[in-house]
Amino acid sequence: MIDVIRAGMLSSVQDLGRAGYRHLGVSSGGALDALSLEIGNRIVGNKPDAAGIELTLGPTTLRFTRATRVAITGTDFAATLDDKPVYSWWSLPVQAGQELTLRGARHGMRGYVCVAGGIDVLPMLGSRSTDLGACFGGLGGRALRDGDRLATGVPQPNKSAVFSSAGTAFGVKAPAWCKFVYVEEPVRRGKHTPGNSWSLPIRVLRGPEYETFTKTAQRDFWNEEWTITPNSNRMGFRLAGTVLERGDKADLLSHAVLPGTIQVPPNGQPIVLMGDAQTTGGYPKIGSVIKADLWKLAQARLSSGVRFIETTVEAARHALAEERMYVKQVESAIAMHAERLDR
Amino acid sequence: MTPPKIHPLGDIALVCEAPPPATIECQRRMWALADAARLWPHVVEVVPGMNNVTLVFDPLQADPAELAQQMKTAWEQAAEVEVGTAEIEIPVRYGGADGPDLASLAKSLDLSIDELVKRHTQADYIVFFLGFQPGFAYLGGLDPTLHAPRHPKPRLEVPAGSVGIGGEQTGIYPAVSPGGWQLLGRTDLKLFDPARNPPTLMQPGDHVRFTALEVLA
Repeated sequence: MIDVIRAGMLSSVQDLGRAGYRHLGVSSGGALDALSLEIGNRIVGNKPDAAGIELTLGPTTLRFTRATRVAITGTDFAATLDDKPVYSWWSLPVQAGQELTLRGARHGMRGYVCVAGGIDVLPMLGSRSTDLGACFGGLGGRALRDGDRLATGVPQPNKSAVFSSAGTAFGVKAPAWCKFVYVEEPVRRGKHTPGNSWSLPIRVLRGPEYETFTKTAQRDFWNEEWTITPNSNRMGFRLAGTVLERGDKADLLSHAVLPGTIQVPPNGQPIVLMGDAQTTGGYPKIGSVIKADLWKLAQARLSSGVRFIETTVEAARHALAEERMYVKQVESAIAMHAERLDR
Repeated sequence: MTPPKIHPLGDIALVCEAPPPATIECQRRMWALADAARLWPHVVEVVPGMNNVTLVFDPLQADPAELAQQMKTAWEQAAEVEVGTAEIEIPVRYGGADGPDLASLAKSLDLSIDELVKRHTQADYIVFFLGFQPGFAYLGGLDPTLHAPRHPKPRLEVPAGSVGIGGEQTGIYPAVSPGGWQLLGRTDLKLFDPARNPPTLMQPGDHVRFTALEVLA
């Protein structure tokens, strides 16, 4: 059991999301930074798609009622176990009664707490993720509250001492691209000029309606620095910047939209759809954030800047393959560590 | 029928899209294409829209060019495919507290309340696709004399099960939500239940009919 002493700003149970129900209007949901959740699960000995707790900014305090193993991944939260500092991207043994405090996200937006056995809530439509919009899944279909209790599942059987709750702590390399998460917040906003690196570069493919925007809008889309407005959430990131005008204003028939789709409503201010977004829409789509960069955007702070970099399908696929390579590296590092321990 | 265009949507999806106007013949072929695509390897979601179908694939496993070719072939074969559909009856309490806009809408359309309800209940509606909320069905087939503008200021809270008209559409709110439609009545049927499989009452291609349980002024 985990006692939620302090839930924090927006914490919810999430796994890798709900697949196969979008045609019925059910969003995918799941951890917005899916890679962090996956690694967190792997370093406590879980299957990659076990459920963990997604924290937004914090501050959050959790108490463990029995000895187990936990990991914190995602952005750094200045965490302590009882009063001892603990690192993100580390797997730690925890004793019964110990308290894990995550003071707050220092740079990015989201952190993940994974625990051996995963958070055990009833799977709904094939996932334990909380659908905050439709109010189902996770713990009672809602965000966590102070005083909640979360059950944990039975840990995967493992002969090695590496994941034992009596064992030692170990860390893994955070994804190399974590440097993106650690960019300082912009002090000013305006047109991007080469050499300015305060805004988060996000790789984007042109959308089906890209050509219906004016030449100026097409240029601005790539050159402008876009600010993530505070009116952004798990459904979508609303961006502010130059107004993007459409040359061809023909209405579109309703169509599917996906996490990463960049819509431009009539006010000309783009919205990047995120995991909890609705499944269909009617606004023109100027672009799509590639899958490998979607989690980076999920870690970008409100009021910070992003910049869109045009890319190709080949590069998008390569970026995903690199991500899998990193996961493989983590897996073999854990295997080597286990071998040393068990010798 | 004009052959549809097939184009990518980001690095994880392909869209098969026919040019407007939306027709039921085209929509039937899209449903048939969707039914076929659901069985293909590495396809994770198949989402019909209005005159289009989007197929989401696993980008590390699937070959998009091959999938596009498969979609083209499936579209060509789809003309002869019958899509399995259900007939769904939605019992509605029209008017009163459940349908706060019924009387005013009848007045603005210059119809009696009974005539409005008659026209709303006698049509055969078809579920074109779902979206907006889990279980929210976009229904085709509303009598053109019942087309009505949305409220300029949406209500903050429309109760679940509310049946309304917005523009050329009629539909049912599956869950409590803000909404600008003219509310005619309400049903007790659950449109979305995540504990059920399938979780939604309606599926693309289903036929829907409203019946009047009661009509209050």
